[in-house]
Amino acid sequence: MDAMVRELSYAQAIQEAMAIAMDMDECVFLMGEDIGVYGGAFQVTGDLVDRFGSERVIDTPISELGGAGMAVGAALTGMRPIFEFQFSDFATLAMEQIVNQAAKMRFMLGGEVSVPVVMRFPAGSGTGAAAQHSQSLEAWLGHVPGLKVIQPATPYDAKGMLLAAVADPDPVMIFEHKLLYKMKGPVPEGYYTVPIGKADIRREGRDLTIVATSIMVHKALDAAAALEAEGIDIEVIDLRTIRPMDKQTVIDSVKKTSRLMCVYEAVKTLGIGAEVSAMIAESEAFDYLDAPIVRLGGAETPIPYNPELEKAVVPQVPDIIAAARDLVKGVR
Amino acid sequence: MAGASKAVADSRANLPFVYRQYSAEQLRNVLYKMYLIRRFEEGAEECYTRGLIHGTMHLSIGQEASAMGICMPLAEDDQITSTHRGHGHCIAKGAEVKRMFAEFFGKTTGYCKGRGGSMHIADVGKGNLGANGIVGGGIPIAVGAALSAKMMKTGKVVVSFFGDGANNEGAFHEALNMASVWKLPVIFVCENNGYGMSTSTARSTAVKNIAERAAAYSMPGVIVNGNIFSEVAEASYKAVERARAGEGPTLIESKTYRHRGHSKSDRNRYRSKEEIEDWMSNRDPITLFESELREFGFIDDKGIEAIRGAVAQEIADGIEFAKASPSPDVRDTGNYVYTEQA
Repeated sequence: MDAMVRELSYAQAIQEAMAIAMDMDECVFLMGEDIGVYGGAFQVTGDLVDRFGSERVIDTPISELGGAGMAVGAALTGMRPIFEFQFSDFATLAMEQIVNQAAKMRFMLGGEVSVPVVMRFPAGSGTGAAAQHSQSLEAWLGHVPGLKVIQPATPYDAKGMLLAAVADPDPVMIFEHKLLYKMKGPVPEGYYTVPIGKADIRREGRDLTIVATSIMVHKALDAAAALEAEGIDIEVIDLRTIRPMDKQTVIDSVKKTSRLMCVYEAVKTLGIGAEVSAMIAESEAFDYLDAPIVRLGGAETPIPYNPELEKAVVPQVPDIIAAARDLVKGVR
Repeated sequence: MAGASKAVADSRANLPFVYRQYSAEQLRNVLYKMYLIRRFEEGAEECYTRGLIHGTMHLSIGQEASAMGICMPLAEDDQITSTHRGHGHCIAKGAEVKRMFAEFFGKTTGYCKGRGGSMHIADVGKGNLGANGIVGGGIPIAVGAALSAKMMKTGKVVVSFFGDGANNEGAFHEALNMASVWKLPVIFVCENNGYGMSTSTARSTAVKNIAERAAAYSMPGVIVNGNIFSEVAEASYKAVERARAGEGPTLIESKTYRHRGHSKSDRNRYRSKEEIEDWMSNRDPITLFESELREFGFIDDKGIEAIRGAVAQEIADGIEFAKASPSPDVRDTGNYVYTEQA
């Protein structure tokens, strides 16, 4: 039976996934700041409290550490919490519970327990919210064995990956770019999952592989479309999961195109791009490279308030076009 | 868990709580367990000194009445979160010492298959959700477990053990507030042994008694002499009743003392020999409980000797079990990081 496909926003797709998960399993519940009657700072939970009640859509005090720890404890003892950080930046207050507890509990206890918690992190710049409400911290958590870290880029993936995350026995961290929340795309009704740990080739090409995450997938696709007129044929890979990373898809692509560029919004240094580049340098794809690897990432600065400055510190479509053109034409 | 018959109960009417509440057999078993904790700690210390255990450990010698008293009214499926000084809690909640020794020896037969060691000792089957290497780390987790109990209507209560050092962590304050707001079935047990590593509560904590902090979170705050088993058990019993009745959390401050240093690196420069000697000679929890049992006629010298002998045997057997157990294969370092998918 083909499920009915509608156009939903990314935020609506997440909300629908959470509703389906709660309908399917009474152990699934939501926790977070102002996710009840307020509907969440980005209206992702919306009116779910009307449908599921305040005992399953729980407004917490402004206590990120305690709240995250409660979600960990509830997951450890049989529940399936979905915990929303109001902004991903606020997860810095809860790193203890995420990094020391959620990620390591199963390991420290020799496999006797699991921690099936899902945490959601509204991330990224572009909203004028300045330095403490705009960061992209996914690589911090991607560095921690025991966590799974995903960055869905489309409404379809947001729904399917969230449902995969809820079904996953281990802690899954979902980084959602705030500028994607209003983006619309086709989303089937009903239950489906998109696997964690599998990248997606969004556009096939032969001249250059761009590995992008989250909102940069869309910018890379725009750049690829623009360069098509110049006869440059770009393959765009949506990494989707940064831990565990789908290495093979990237390796196979680089072997085909012989060029690699990584595009991500987080600060460039010590980020996803470094990991993907090093992974390729260590792989059999290295011998296929015809040019140095290029990384386009965020500037080495906090996110500024001024809108022009804010745009300038993260890669934009013209930056990707220019860098890709140079790379393919051998200018670099 | 009232084990005493009506006639026996009448004859005990003027005795402290535990002697009215529990049977002679149960009380003798408490003495057994208190000795088991003491000798376990001594055995672990000796194995460490002999190089059989590596890393570090935090011994709870002197705090046995606190662990046993708090766990006394708990049912087997009630849960606890524990601390870096958690060996006593683990035994009090029902763990087998042989599997604890095996864990300290890093063996596959240990509770954590050699991955956790002393600081992460756990026994999930008996409701011990684990010791914790982070001060205060277990407190929000206990509140989350209590949320599970409430949402799943299991009737379980959860005890969160922590030390005096943890009461200055943000996690303590956030967790107590939320537990009180939602009236969760959790009991916060601060084992105040006077020092967070080397820093005394007088130097680190703005209130004289940590139990006073309960007022800020609108829950009862109870101070007990943590070295008197009956006092601790009575406070725990009341807190468990309150939690099970859906009336919410309690903060119990169990004032006690650790005879040993903070960990194996401790040079003991922050407290006097006289102070330590006073606690060891005049306020030892096992001596105090044993004297009461003898005085009230629950045990005689022969019975005490039998307990000591049986404990010594269980400890010796446990260490042998640990020595004889296999070590993990180094090729298995990746195990248990993620759930193995079928």
